[in-house]
Amino acid sequence: MQPETLLEQLTNAVGPSGREDRAAQIIVDFFTTGEGQSWITELHRDRLGNIMLRKKGGGANPPRLMLAAHLDEIGLIVSAIEDGFLRFSPIGGIDQRVLLGQEVIVHSREDLPGIIGAKPPHLQQPDERKKAVKLEEMTIDLGLSPERVAALVQVGDTITIKRDCCALKNNVYAGKAMDDRAGVVALVECLRRLKNFNHQAEVVAVVTVQEELGVRGAFVSSFGLNPDLGLAVDVTHGEMPGLADYEGFKLGQGPVIVTGPQVHPLIFEKLTAAAEAGKIKYQVEAEVTPRGTDAYAIQVAQAGVASGLLSIPLRYMHTSVETLALDDLKETGRLLAEFSMAVDDAFLEGLKCY
Amino acid sequence: MKELLRKLTTIAAPSGREEPVRTFIAAEIQDYCDELKVDTLGNLIAIKRGGGTKIQFAAHMDEIGIIVTTIDEKGFLRFGNIGGISPHRLIAQRVRFKDGTIGVIGSEKVDDLKDLTLEKLYIDIGAASEAEAKTKVGVGEIAAFDRDFADLGQRVVAKALDNRAGCAVLIEALKRVEKPQNDLYCTFTVQEEVGLRGARTSAFGIEPDLGIALDVTGTGDTPEAPKLAMKLGGGAAIKIKDSYLITHPLVKDLLTELAEQHGIPYQYEVLPFGGTDAGAIHLTKAGIPSGVISIPCRYLHSPSEMLDLNDLEAAVRLVVATMEHPITL
Amino acid sequence: MLLKELSELNGVSSRETPVRHFIRDRIGGKVDSISTDRLGNLIALKGQTKKGPKIMLSAHMDEVGLMVVGIDPSGLLKIKTVGGIDERVLISKRVLVGPKQIPGVIGAKPIHLQEREERQNPMKISALFVDVGATDRSDAEKDVKIGDLIAFDVKAEAFGDGLFKGKALDDRAGCAVLLDLIENQYDLPLAFAFTVQEEVGLRGATVAAFGLNPDLAFVVETTSAGDVPPLKNHQASTRLGQGPAISFMDHAIIVNPALVEQLVAVAEEAGIAYQFRQATSGGTEAGVINQARTGVPAAVISIPCRYIHSPVSVLNLDDFAQTIKLLDAVLRKIEQRGLPV
Repeated sequence: MQPETLLEQLTNAVGPSGREDRAAQIIVDFFTTGEGQSWITELHRDRLGNIMLRKKGGGANPPRLMLAAHLDEIGLIVSAIEDGFLRFSPIGGIDQRVLLGQEVIVHSREDLPGIIGAKPPHLQQPDERKKAVKLEEMTIDLGLSPERVAALVQVGDTITIKRDCCALKNNVYAGKAMDDRAGVVALVECLRRLKNFNHQAEVVAVVTVQEELGVRGAFVSSFGLNPDLGLAVDVTHGEMPGLADYEGFKLGQGPVIVTGPQVHPLIFEKLTAAAEAGKIKYQVEAEVTPRGTDAYAIQVAQAGVASGLLSIPLRYMHTSVETLALDDLKETGRLLAEFSMAVDDAFLEGLKCY
Repeated sequence: MKELLRKLTTIAAPSGREEPVRTFIAAEIQDYCDELKVDTLGNLIAIKRGGGTKIQFAAHMDEIGIIVTTIDEKGFLRFGNIGGISPHRLIAQRVRFKDGTIGVIGSEKVDDLKDLTLEKLYIDIGAASEAEAKTKVGVGEIAAFDRDFADLGQRVVAKALDNRAGCAVLIEALKRVEKPQNDLYCTFTVQEEVGLRGARTSAFGIEPDLGIALDVTGTGDTPEAPKLAMKLGGGAAIKIKDSYLITHPLVKDLLTELAEQHGIPYQYEVLPFGGTDAGAIHLTKAGIPSGVISIPCRYLHSPSEMLDLNDLEAAVRLVVATMEHPITL
Repeated sequence: MLLKELSELNGVSSRETPVRHFIRDRIGGKVDSISTDRLGNLIALKGQTKKGPKIMLSAHMDEVGLMVVGIDPSGLLKIKTVGGIDERVLISKRVLVGPKQIPGVIGAKPIHLQEREERQNPMKISALFVDVGATDRSDAEKDVKIGDLIAFDVKAEAFGDGLFKGKALDDRAGCAVLLDLIENQYDLPLAFAFTVQEEVGLRGATVAAFGLNPDLAFVVETTSAGDVPPLKNHQASTRLGQGPAISFMDHAIIVNPALVEQLVAVAEEAGIAYQFRQATSGGTEAGVINQARTGVPAAVISIPCRYIHSPVSVLNLDDFAQTIKLLDAVLRKIEQRGLPV
């Protein structure tokens, strides 16, 4: 399967934080009955739903390398039903301004199409239009009678944005949930590249859950695995008007290697060295805080993990038209593979030499 | 249960000072469990064995309160908050210190109520001087709201229904359960209001297969209320989501099935803010499937919280049903 | 002078190496073992064979500072803060950039070229830059990289009436206290944890506490002294010259009241001046240590310090000395009587 095909399938799938199962099934199928089954030694799901894809390493005591990308997307949840209209609350960080006039799917007894309706300008006061409409004021219209709604929908049903992935020019793709299903596809790419190699490290690619709610899946999966080193693969802001040039990264110039408190200095060096050796174009981002990705959790698992972070440049993050360059995704997968192959006992030893 | 609730809510025990309520609860349940212990942070753990799945029930014992930080030259006290207290809810309220001293919360002059912060408030214990104040209250001392329990029939009003209501449910369930089909670790936790602290360390020690918190939740059934689905009298609330937890689907389904099976009135809950002990339990170690049985409650984090005894009873029945159901995950 | 040496070392969160090496060299031969963990915490164990409760003593090596986030085509460095710094203190200061400690200045538009109204508003950090004297970007890149950490360039020294000024007293003063205690012999198994990345989220202490799993912990910190106008009496939190500050609670921990009582009792018995920390905001490592595994009783003892998290902070040398005395007395008491809780 081509990475763009997997990307399309995965980003179109339903999987808001805490209810990732439908999207998870695509990965599980790929690695149990699909072409990925020969790429790994074992697939395991933990109690919160994180998917662990393990490929064993060489030797008696191989260094354990955890790679993580999150499966969940931001979404909404039904919080009340009022005369057949749905009130809702966010799952993860949703900018309320992207919701108005959006089509959604309510995942109740069936998948129901709905609209987050916007009051037409004709019915608004002049000063209303100057302010953003608050989420609490919005409702979802299912076009059904209150009785039908009561029979089909329950408080707690999840809601996702209706959006299909599409290809733009230059192998650029736009869709929902690129954050972070693009990272998941990069992990798959990495495993594909590793399949014919004997590497020393035991590589466990973890497709995590509930990252958008505070990297929850990463906390429990990293505790459970207790890896020696861990890399998170996420997205970072793609350049666009209004951003300073160090705040946005170019599409098509390769993965972004992050430096900052959540990145072990030797892991940063190893990633850049692997990129140079593999002739992989890359960019560098300086992060002042450890927060914001699965690396935040991985780094402080148990007695501490040497951690790192790779990001795919992504424009319009947390909208339903997140946009990236396919090449960046593929190169991220390639860099992950190069890094994985370079991890050995000597490198591991050096991680405690400060 | 009304009487139990009255006694529980009367005790003053804010976060970090749970001893009086822990002692009371221990006395209530000691004949109804196989083992009773207190851990490092002060959580009370009552174990009742039935074999099989290890379930941790968690009800937090602590309530919100205030802590004295300074006594000024005129005998007025300045304070900090223990847990989530809105300064607007404090003006003209009374607090009670351990030895029974009562204080009134007053405010400096503010031109706009929007500018009111905790720093502008003080407590007046009626002392004429700094020296006199110091004979009654010390720096570092804590106080809870001072408000009597009110019996309105099917509904009651009290301070600290958050979360003595949850404690009452767990105590009553322990008394009623006859044949537990699981290993029950009933934890009365500490310091939930300041960050789910007791739940976190107790779950680490117990490492249960399943976690269920018992706590209160808000309602949307008062005039021009925020749009919440929960209401007094709607039954035990099965939580789906709050800011700290998305209930594991297995737990949601289990509780729903049990409620349906036993004819227990229930409602689903989505709370757009706040968290409970389950928020900490489910992220312990390698992850623990968790959920919450909530008791709907109006006027949360005020001295006059209100609940419906039918909801309380429904919660007890649901907890007992869970305890007596052989659970396989 | 130890406090001066420690203050002048540069170790902004996540790049504490100069501090770590200084401390490691200093304690060699005085402890049973020294190790670093994956995050860079320096752990020194002493009294391994002694019976008694395992006590963790913790002070963080890292200081707040800045990071190079971008390099302008002109060669000026774009910066962001690492840890909590009030951005208004940054203008017109001298700094040292990166592991090579390249000197730089934080410049801004001169007053002559500003509109009157401009001067009323604080400069946003996005308008500030560090000038290392480079002619353009590629010239800057010879010495500076994106991600380099930047520390204030400040000489530390005693001044005024028994006071001491310098950068990073938070928490080099705490480290200095531990370095003094580490010279003594106690009949207790002690773990001295010189931690990393406290200022960006108590990161080092989280993993150190998990790894050590102690029975009791004391965190030695500095805390804000607000005994300067216009703060009113009840807003000061702590005051210089009144001794070490004992906390009842802060944002991350409610100290076990029995532990607070014990600390007070020890101080009174030994005739050590002490005060209570009035503020209940701000979190310290004691919070994450308290929450490690099944819970660890922990307390915070702080040296009052004015102008924390700015280029120059101030402490009282007597407060510093009394803090050492208090901790020594506490350890002696535990030697005799066992765990206080």
